Amino acid sequence: MKDQDQLAEYTSARSAPPVRNRPLAIGVAVVRSDAHEKVTGQTKYAADYYSRNMLWAGVKRAGVPHARLQGIETDRAAQVPGVVRILTHKDISGPNRQGVIRKDQPVLVDDKVRHCGDAVALVIAETKTSLRNALDLIALDLAPLPAVTNAEQALEKDSPLVHEDNAEGNVLLKGDLKIGAGQEAEKECDVVLEACFETPRQEHAYLETEAGWACVDEDGKLSIVCSTQTPFRDRMELAEALGLDSSRIRIIAPYLGGAFGGKDGVTVQSLLALAAMNSGGRPVKMWWDREESFLSGTKRHCARMYYRLGAKSDGSLHLLEVRLYLDTGPYDHLGGVVLALALEHAGGPYRIPNAVLKGWAVYTNNPIGGAFRGFGVPQVTAAMEQMIDMLAAKLEMDPLEIRLKNAVKRGAKNCVGKTLVSSTGAVECLETLSKHQLWKGREAWKSAAGQFKHRGVGIASVMQASGYGPVVPDVANAKIELTTAGRIRVYCGVVDMGQGNAGTNLQIAGSILGQDSCNMELILPDTDLTLPSGSASASRCTYTFANALIGAAEILKERILQRSADMLMARGAEELALVPGGVRRLTDGRELSLEFLAQFLNDSERVVTYRFRAPIAPDHVTLDEGLRLHGMPHTLFSYGAHLAWIEIDELTGQVDVKRYLAVSDCGKVINPETYEQQIHGGIAHGLGLALSEDFEAVDGKIMTPDLMTYIIPTASDLPKIDSVPVEIYEPTGPFGLKGVGEIATNGPLPAIANAVADALGIRVFRFPLTPERILEALKNKRQET
Amino acid sequence: MEIDAPTDRRVVDLLREDLLLTGTKESCGAGDCGACTILVDGETRLSCLMLAAQLEGRDILTIEGLSRDGALHPVQNAFVEHGAVQCGFCTPGMALASVDLLNRNPDPTREEIRDALAGNLCRCTGYQKIVDSVEIAAVALRSKAGS
Repeated sequence: MKDQDQLAEYTSARSAPPVRNRPLAIGVAVVRSDAHEKVTGQTKYAADYYSRNMLWAGVKRAGVPHARLQGIETDRAAQVPGVVRILTHKDISGPNRQGVIRKDQPVLVDDKVRHCGDAVALVIAETKTSLRNALDLIALDLAPLPAVTNAEQALEKDSPLVHEDNAEGNVLLKGDLKIGAGQEAEKECDVVLEACFETPRQEHAYLETEAGWACVDEDGKLSIVCSTQTPFRDRMELAEALGLDSSRIRIIAPYLGGAFGGKDGVTVQSLLALAAMNSGGRPVKMWWDREESFLSGTKRHCARMYYRLGAKSDGSLHLLEVRLYLDTGPYDHLGGVVLALALEHAGGPYRIPNAVLKGWAVYTNNPIGGAFRGFGVPQVTAAMEQMIDMLAAKLEMDPLEIRLKNAVKRGAKNCVGKTLVSSTGAVECLETLSKHQLWKGREAWKSAAGQFKHRGVGIASVMQASGYGPVVPDVANAKIELTTAGRIRVYCGVVDMGQGNAGTNLQIAGSILGQDSCNMELILPDTDLTLPSGSASASRCTYTFANALIGAAEILKERILQRSADMLMARGAEELALVPGGVRRLTDGRELSLEFLAQFLNDSERVVTYRFRAPIAPDHVTLDEGLRLHGMPHTLFSYGAHLAWIEIDELTGQVDVKRYLAVSDCGKVINPETYEQQIHGGIAHGLGLALSEDFEAVDGKIMTPDLMTYIIPTASDLPKIDSVPVEIYEPTGPFGLKGVGEIATNGPLPAIANAVADALGIRVFRFPLTPERILEALKNKRQET
Repeated sequence: MEIDAPTDRRVVDLLREDLLLTGTKESCGAGDCGACTILVDGETRLSCLMLAAQLEGRDILTIEGLSRDGALHPVQNAFVEHGAVQCGFCTPGMALASVDLLNRNPDPTREEIRDALAGNLCRCTGYQKIVDSVEIAAVALRSKAGS
């Protein structure tokens, strides 16, 4: 197949036409429009794009955490049969720096190696075998530098610097907030507790690793098909890094095989572009294997968190002091945004009148810290929710009661002093949990533990902001079309990485326009065809895009009805209704098909676009422009209350989660199935982080390089999950909806840690709660008594 | 069918690149994740660990062949109807592993389903709806067999 034919077939990645016709309505568990094509293996992910005449591109990675680049020897590699080109930084004519906020990452290293996964040379070859052989033969002349591998030590005066040109040393971003009287309030506290918590680095481990395919056509236009959450932003980022004209770049994002934040930004895009520009016009493919994905991709920031919580003797929270250290690795990759969100959530969904919140996103030579579902919130929730339980124990209060007592409500201020003006279901979630059988039956279950088994139950109250904060616009542009075939085509602006928003878009547009699934079609994100709509991240995918889509669909509906009214000589649109496949005049039942109607609309009339920008918080909780840019504060929050039943084997230290409950306030539910999918998936990530996932790096080198050594949960590791939505209507949301993508990730760590403390009377402050750590804690407890 | 391939060509590459059957996925290349699962003589095998020579004379089923005449296999149908598909990358391997399980054990408990699918990693679903779907598919298959 010719390359251009291949591209034409692949471009404007569309969903396969539906096989079963389904009515579309809001609030119904409509089967996802992509399920059929995925279950038959028809879906083409970026990793599935092949073409004749295609070349493979691959990267020589540094292999050491910190070094000065002195030379790259490529002669022997260039002689490998099948090698087409070998590129280095010398072949880049632009600034060779990329990044979302701070442009600190080279496409190909030119001065220093800053982590083991740094890209140093790019090989283009005929086959994967010749590519691999060539990569092995490239020799790097590196002068090792002392590696920065500990976030707190990186802040010391004599620490080596990751970026010598950074005025703040090894600080990417810092935050320092004082709320109320700050530290002064400590003397008013009847009890003060303190603890230090550590959460691990977590790897996304999406099933589809980073992949893309690129081609430059005869007119010099670059087309890239990529597994990315951010096609529009990528285009700008790579154009800037490589000195290209972004209008001559097209990026297409088909369905992704998972992302969870790991594809929120440039992964293969710039490297692919560089390869495609140097391949003699041939298409190029890049697909990171699992080890390369582990080595080079971003991770959840590991965190060390120092917490001091002060309260009155009646259990009311009075003072929170927090110091957060996030290891952000060598490059920005949204690390500052993670810090800002962590600080904003450091106090949890509680009213705390006084606080001192300090945090640092610190440059190191460890794996890159970046976006990962939850985005800083799982870390601080792990700490705060344990502090709450510790306080409850100290005051001999019930852990549910103390949470209810201090929970935020609408109109209250949260711990950074932001007034909560949108729907706030923290109390409702806790109350719903308190009525659930898993809470009411907990004592009976615990007392039935068998020999050598200890059972515990723990809860956590969680929240998660959505959107980008007060400065960066959270905007979506929807486009919808009545095609000449009489079908409704939705131009999806936000990438579908598995969360099902493409299907939800059809559900929404179809329900407004009165059409069944068989009359709907969609175009997946494509910078040539769809409109800029922001990243698939920050729990805003459906909230923001659907609001734009509703606007567009309503206008198209009105237009169709008005034109029909004119044609049918009806009094007005009020006499007509859209029915599946057509418009019906209600007075006498006469119908016109949409296909017929489409002929009477000019091309420009068949298409409607609509822009929506999400509301922002006017509260000045901080004057720090850096923190504001990075998102503080947000204005819309989802809430949840989680509960875990666990059983510990005192001989092996193994923690088994037996049952799990997540009560969630994510506004009204548009599709109960899709909603539950997000809750289940978020809990799975949180559970892995709690019990088995530890992406270890020692002296900057990765100790868990593959799925054999980095343990993610299997079907045998997840419990039965009960998900209960609390559907508080959010007026600014599409049909009352709020974001659901991330919130569930925050519950498992603290709920399980609290359950462990409940079961064993000991608390482990480091995650994951591996059997080794449990056994160590048990041993220490025995020695104490 | 007959094809010419080097004896040491990985089966996953033969399927995806030579036959353009991209339904079979590669996710780890090391036999850890199950995404490359195919059925060889009716049993699950990891195609990333198989070489072309091992296919000689064998009956191979990939995800593309699971539905017949446009009708989904009950496992596929259950996956679609009961929310077992999110990103879908694990789905082909998961569906074939489920088919293999139900061929061997037509009435599995939920725990048996979980154990049988423990070799197929999924990062999106938390597995519950996959287990639900396999349970439902088992009922559908048993009633079809009964009738």
